[in-house]
Amino acid sequence: MNLTVNGKKAVIADKESLSISGLLDELNVEDPLYVTVELNGDILERSDFDRVVVRDGDEIEFLYFMGGGRGSC
Amino acid sequence: MSMLQMAKSIYERIIGRAREGFPFEVCGILGGKGNIVSAIYPMTNTDASRDHFMMDPREQFSVVKALRSQELEMLAVYHSHPETPARLSDEDIRLALTPDISYVIVSLAEPSAPEVRSFRIADKKVGSEELRIIYD
Repeated sequence: MNLTVNGKKAVIADKESLSISGLLDELNVEDPLYVTVELNGDILERSDFDRVVVRDGDEIEFLYFMGGGRGSC
Repeated sequence: MSMLQMAKSIYERIIGRAREGFPFEVCGILGGKGNIVSAIYPMTNTDASRDHFMMDPREQFSVVKALRSQELEMLAVYHSHPETPARLSDEDIRLALTPDISYVIVSLAEPSAPEVRSFRIADKKVGSEELRIIYD
């Protein structure tokens, strides 16, 4: 399966489809709970990560939440 | 010690944004090549808070694509501390998830003398880095 991930070509061997969760795992994404995913231009709900699958030719973007706070500073 | 370089105009825009947004925290993304910042993208603080910030993922995706189209990299995330020092808080460190970028803080704790500092984080350990201003 040939994908475009964050603007770069990516080949997932021996798979014709894969869930978003599976893809993040395949890509060794650390802290996937803090990742937002866009599939072919649409931002996905986190609750759909196990249900939605990627297929050959799909374009995926993912990025980490960016936030912070004063906390104990 | 690593180093982040930026033009004085960008440095001043970071401070200006922090002042405009006061008393809320402001945030944004800095792009460039190598360790030289050449682009600033102010972002919405969806928390609209005095002591927290969170970027809008839609804006993040938009900026990431804009950077890519200009063959620039995301070099840093900046945010303001309206009333506290230019140090990363525990929460800043916990949520510093994007690897291989700098984390820049502008403090307005001394309103007449804003302080801007840059940090790198690896394995949740914080290291200060030199922030060099390039004068036009």
